Amino acid sequence: MRTLWKLFGMQFKLYLREPMAFFFSLAYPTLLLLLFGFIYGNDPAPEFWGRSIGTVDASVPAYTGIIIGTVALMGIPIDTASSRESGVLRRYRATPLRPVIYLVASVLMYLGVALLGMLILILTGKLVFGLHFMGSWLNILAAFILSALAFYAFGYLLASLAPTARSAQTIGMLIFFPMMFLSGAGMPLQMLPEGLRRVSEFLPLTYVVRLMQGLWFNDAWNTLWLPVLVLVGILIAGTVLAARLFRWE
Amino acid sequence: MQEQDVITVEGLRKSYGPVKAVDGVTFQVRRGEIFGMVGPNGSGKTTTIECIEGLRRSDEGRLQVLGLDPQKDYYALRERTGVQLQSANLPPRMRVEEALDLFSVFYRHSTDYRPLLKELGLEEKRRTFFSQLSGGQKQRLFVALALVNRPEIVFLDELTTGLDPQARRATWDLVREIRERGTTVFLTTHFMDEAERLCDRVLILDHGRVIALDTPQNLVSQLGMGMRISFQLNGHIPSTGKGNTNKQTKPVFNTALFGVLDGVRRVEQQDDEIVIYGQGEGLIGAVIRTLEAEGVPFHDLRSEQANLEDAFLSLTGHEMRD
Repeated sequence: MRTLWKLFGMQFKLYLREPMAFFFSLAYPTLLLLLFGFIYGNDPAPEFWGRSIGTVDASVPAYTGIIIGTVALMGIPIDTASSRESGVLRRYRATPLRPVIYLVASVLMYLGVALLGMLILILTGKLVFGLHFMGSWLNILAAFILSALAFYAFGYLLASLAPTARSAQTIGMLIFFPMMFLSGAGMPLQMLPEGLRRVSEFLPLTYVVRLMQGLWFNDAWNTLWLPVLVLVGILIAGTVLAARLFRWE
Repeated sequence: MQEQDVITVEGLRKSYGPVKAVDGVTFQVRRGEIFGMVGPNGSGKTTTIECIEGLRRSDEGRLQVLGLDPQKDYYALRERTGVQLQSANLPPRMRVEEALDLFSVFYRHSTDYRPLLKELGLEEKRRTFFSQLSGGQKQRLFVALALVNRPEIVFLDELTTGLDPQARRATWDLVREIRERGTTVFLTTHFMDEAERLCDRVLILDHGRVIALDTPQNLVSQLGMGMRISFQLNGHIPSTGKGNTNKQTKPVFNTALFGVLDGVRRVEQQDDEIVIYGQGEGLIGAVIRTLEAEGVPFHDLRSEQANLEDAFLSLTGHEMRD
């Protein structure tokens, strides 16, 4: 337990010392919120399903998708592949540290980072734009953890498949950036033409956005069975595959 | 197997595809010694040491380290041994002190790492990021990490590769200090002088096989190479007969002049250079007296003790290649 905590703390510090990682997971979504918040304000707008929801209210849960996506598709594959490539994992392997402890500490760290990013985002929304929240915090937290774990498993899978850190970075970006714009995470799906909206249904991140937005506005879980099913499916398949394919060297 | 043996290797084999990296290696390491494995790059040193450490699975052979099986008792072995790997790293932005603090938590029994910082001369670098350390400092940090659990055996793979001569010497002192604490040291190197000066016993590995295993002194003296005396001939030389030196441009030299001296084993000539291998205290004197008595003009006379490098050359028939 002491080992787990110590490693978790160390990993967290190391993550925050990487300026790029810090920017993408913690600052970028908040900067987007400030930009669009100042352009559109947070007055209720009819395009959000006719509810009294403003741009900021809709964006905060959607941007959760950006936070989870950057950590899972860029942070995890790049960090893991470069630790493997440079021999950091080898160095850990030559100690009594159990691999499962290392992975649990890392996953907890990435959860912590994403939660921190979300906290900054919510506080900014609340303090600057008077963000409205209609759901239950517990539901949001549960949905957030499910989404993050599902995507993290996928991130570790990418890390195992990518031969080098450089290719991990390329693959991660190729998957993340189109998905950010086409899933409703980066901008409302309503702004996309019909054909592209079709595409969004095949993107996993779309389901994170749907789940988070739904719970944010207090939709019942049973109306959200599809996103939950998709994310649970990704979580199980991703974990099984990642556990099989994970390489220390 | 003797009681004081801490490592036993019997018939170790490991292939990578068609390449036999380690081809039937057998030896023992005794408690408290500095044991060196030398050989050119690609001779199978790293594969052998990694099989012993448990980091690599062998194809065949019996391995025992501190009475443990390196594969089956992997974690028990980790607790009791320390490993410095040839190609390893730490996260670039991990500080020296943080690394030691973190790694000591991994072990059930670990020492206070602060004295290690001092012993390894890293105290001033405590707050420095790993990526900002010099090559020598990184190596010392890796040695420190290999010692945090007060190991019974420490494995050092190519510890001084890439270090400048000064840092290498400092590292040798460090290795001797580690042994003074009662830790058995198992190291690999491709520097012959390092093995000769540092190790109690040296195993010479070539093409995955053990060529020789003994103390450096014995390896050199068993080969009967002893001393190497060399000098250069000056232009024209009296040879055995009289009067036939007039038109010689190339010096012809009667090596038999020296072959009859006491203790001489071999005489070689290569162009103007004569090399005499032999043993015995009066050998240099006898060579010089002979040269003067015969009136042979010479220069650049020097004598050296044959070393492990010579022994390696003679045992393997080729030089260490880098």
